Amino acid sequence: MQEFLQQLVNGITWGSVYALIALGYTMVYGILRLINFAHGDIFMLGAFIAYYAAGWFGVQAHPSALGALLVLVTAMTGAGIAGFIIERFAYRPVRKSSRLTALITAIGVSLLLENGGLLVFGTDPRFFPQVATVTKISLGGGVTVTNIQLIILAVSVLLMLALRWIVMSTKVGKAMRAVSFNRDAATLMGIDTDKIISFTFVLGAVLAAAAGVLVGLMNPKIDPLMGIMPGLKAFVAAVVGGIGNIPGAVLGGLIMGVSEVLVVGYISSTYRDAIAFVLLIAILLFRPSGLLGKHQAEKV
Amino acid sequence: MARALKTLGILVALIAVNVLLPKLIPNSYFLRVIMLCGINVILAVSLNLVNGFTGQFSIGHAGFMAIGAYTAAVVTMKVLPGATLAMAAAGVPPIFAHGAALLVATLAGGSLAAVAGLAVGLPSLRLRGDYLAIVTLGFGEIIRVVILNVDAIGGARGLSGVPAYTNFFWVALWVVVVVGVSYNLLASTHGRAMLAIREDEIAAESLGVPTTRYKVLAFVVSAFFAGVAGALYAHYDSYLNPASFTFLRSIEIIAMIVLGGMGSVSGAIMAAVALTVLPEALRGVKEYRMVIYAMLLIVLMITRPSGIMGTRELKLPWFRKKVAA
Amino acid sequence: MNAAGPSLSLDHVSMVFGGLKAVSDLCLDVHPGELVGLIGPNGAGKTTVFNLITGVYTPMSGTIRFGEQVINGCRPHDICGSGIARTFQNTRLFAGLTCLDNVKIAAHQRAHSTYWDGMWATPRSAADERAIDSRARALLETLSLSDVAETRAADLPYGRQRRLEIARALATDPKLLLLDEPAAGMNPQETEALMRLIEEVRLRHHLAVLLIEHDMKVVMTICQRIAVLDYGVKICEGDPDMVRRDPSTIRAYLGEDVA
Repeated sequence: MQEFLQQLVNGITWGSVYALIALGYTMVYGILRLINFAHGDIFMLGAFIAYYAAGWFGVQAHPSALGALLVLVTAMTGAGIAGFIIERFAYRPVRKSSRLTALITAIGVSLLLENGGLLVFGTDPRFFPQVATVTKISLGGGVTVTNIQLIILAVSVLLMLALRWIVMSTKVGKAMRAVSFNRDAATLMGIDTDKIISFTFVLGAVLAAAAGVLVGLMNPKIDPLMGIMPGLKAFVAAVVGGIGNIPGAVLGGLIMGVSEVLVVGYISSTYRDAIAFVLLIAILLFRPSGLLGKHQAEKV
Repeated sequence: MARALKTLGILVALIAVNVLLPKLIPNSYFLRVIMLCGINVILAVSLNLVNGFTGQFSIGHAGFMAIGAYTAAVVTMKVLPGATLAMAAAGVPPIFAHGAALLVATLAGGSLAAVAGLAVGLPSLRLRGDYLAIVTLGFGEIIRVVILNVDAIGGARGLSGVPAYTNFFWVALWVVVVVGVSYNLLASTHGRAMLAIREDEIAAESLGVPTTRYKVLAFVVSAFFAGVAGALYAHYDSYLNPASFTFLRSIEIIAMIVLGGMGSVSGAIMAAVALTVLPEALRGVKEYRMVIYAMLLIVLMITRPSGIMGTRELKLPWFRKKVAA
Repeated sequence: MNAAGPSLSLDHVSMVFGGLKAVSDLCLDVHPGELVGLIGPNGAGKTTVFNLITGVYTPMSGTIRFGEQVINGCRPHDICGSGIARTFQNTRLFAGLTCLDNVKIAAHQRAHSTYWDGMWATPRSAADERAIDSRARALLETLSLSDVAETRAADLPYGRQRRLEIARALATDPKLLLLDEPAAGMNPQETEALMRLIEEVRLRHHLAVLLIEHDMKVVMTICQRIAVLDYGVKICEGDPDMVRRDPSTIRAYLGEDVA
């Protein structure tokens, strides 16, 4: 039982990371019906920006909470800018084209980020600076959680709450929801859809970057291809929860994280990546609209 | 009678080229590029049946290729050696014995890939466009992960020692077959049914076209040829590794039919050749190769998403008769 | 003109979307050779009825029969095979294909060749092609569309596109034709020509026709019987004169005050 609870703790930690990334997928899909293949690579970008920022701010030498925060904010800002640029120059021109065209463009951007990253950052993995020494905290019953895991959980929850506030309680958020319902109607209501779409991308990128930094804290080894698997898994998480559905992304992320950790713990680590695909196939065959999604019927 | 003669004529021509080619092009590197072009043409034209003709999003073609490759390799390496030895003992010239073995292995590989196409296609083809894309992507990855974990066929180390039976004749023959099948379908009511599904699935269904059946058929036939390409590839490089069958490989094939114009057979052929030759030409700048590739994709989608040919075909006299009206 | 053929019969058919009852307990018959009109204000559920008949939707309750066969729950292509063809409110032509190909596809059902025949261009496939080709051309001729046989459907003017839709539906060799607002967007001359066409087609092919239309002139002129739908409920049924005078129909269209 204790082992199970321990796995649960680990699973929820990973789940929150997946949730952060999944939110970006789900928001962009909700608003554009586009699967942003490049999103996982934004996650990678966030980790790398943080790596370099840590160097500039000397966080490695003098670790501090302020330094860590600065690194996080820098990574999020940098990724936000990247998200804006990608949307503006790669996705906006193909917005009126077919879905397949947009999908292929997204794949192109993803390849560009990955291979560009290999060129710029080199193929050797870097090591993320440690902002704090890892200490274990006991939760009772032999279950422990590390301070890093607590930081990850705290930051994730904070960001998700902030997102919820933005989407539900602000004018921009309302506009986002309107555009994802019906873009043309939103335009007719006077909403600048271009701005809202840009904003959505930036928001998603910011969250993915935060996830990148958090994962860097957990697994210090970072490389330009690190975004591929987490990106894919977060996408599956978004689909499981119901793509386009924000609470769904969080739920999907948690399910993904817990399932993965349990499979590794109880079955075998070689099948770690496979669980994502199994979940994907299962949800698409039995409930394609996702756990919290609504079935979209086409009007004939 | 005329058809039989035509078929014989093609076979003789291919045999002739097969014999002459190494003499005309002594450079083995060029020969290799030609062979790879052929294999990629088979992949691109077969994928075109699903993505181009029927308008479905399949992005897991490499998975079917992998199934064909490994199946064929296992057949020649584990199942057939007895038969080939027996033929050698009976005095059959190696080229015929090897050819026969390759044919059997290729058909086996293609068939198993087709069965996989059925297994994947049947449940998934009722899914909406981008969801189907994801399932096919997932399937391709699952295949790769499974192969990676099966040590009996090499696993992560790969499978080496596959007999090098592939030659120009076989590659060219299968190219002719897949291109011929594509054009034949286009000129038939079945091809039109596939196009109708692409243009408007609901209208097609209400006009009596059994859409799911056609989508699955396209999937199965396309998977068969992908398996064939895989079998040919296995017996060319003599070495198989799951890393050759990643999502990236599927994307490369997608890029070919997108560049050529989805729905155009001649476009797919041209683009497959172009995108086989281009990376070889860029070999010098290997690190930049993928970056250039990626930018090419993005720019192509922004500027000319319909590709070189759109849905049109190259109107050569021989083709004109096939693509009636 | 009394063509023997199956009757379409809707028996207490209902359809619910989310919380909305789009069609409520509908009973409607169309007998062989009849021309029945289905009218009602926008949103009354008329196209939904078509979608139910053709199998795009499956009714929540009730039965739909065509002749002896129960067709609710069948796939649309099977229902087409039973002899019911339809046109769409917003034309759903195969835009990138030629007019000839559009019609040829509709003739697909009668093909005898298999996919295998198609792949290898067997004589059976060639025979099918010849048959389909002549049939399609004949239909285009009937609907005065021969001159645009090789033109892309998307390039046709609107009025001719609607004709093409009808040609296509006819190519499936139906016994019942469902026309969804065929006169929409047409000027008076085009509408006149359309009315003549529908009559001509009905007589020549021995068809029953169920017609959704907003143009009252068309409805009152050519329909033998009219059913009126409002909020998914049939509020009136009878010949044109009767319907024209029916108070609940007038109320549905013009509102409470006018009646």
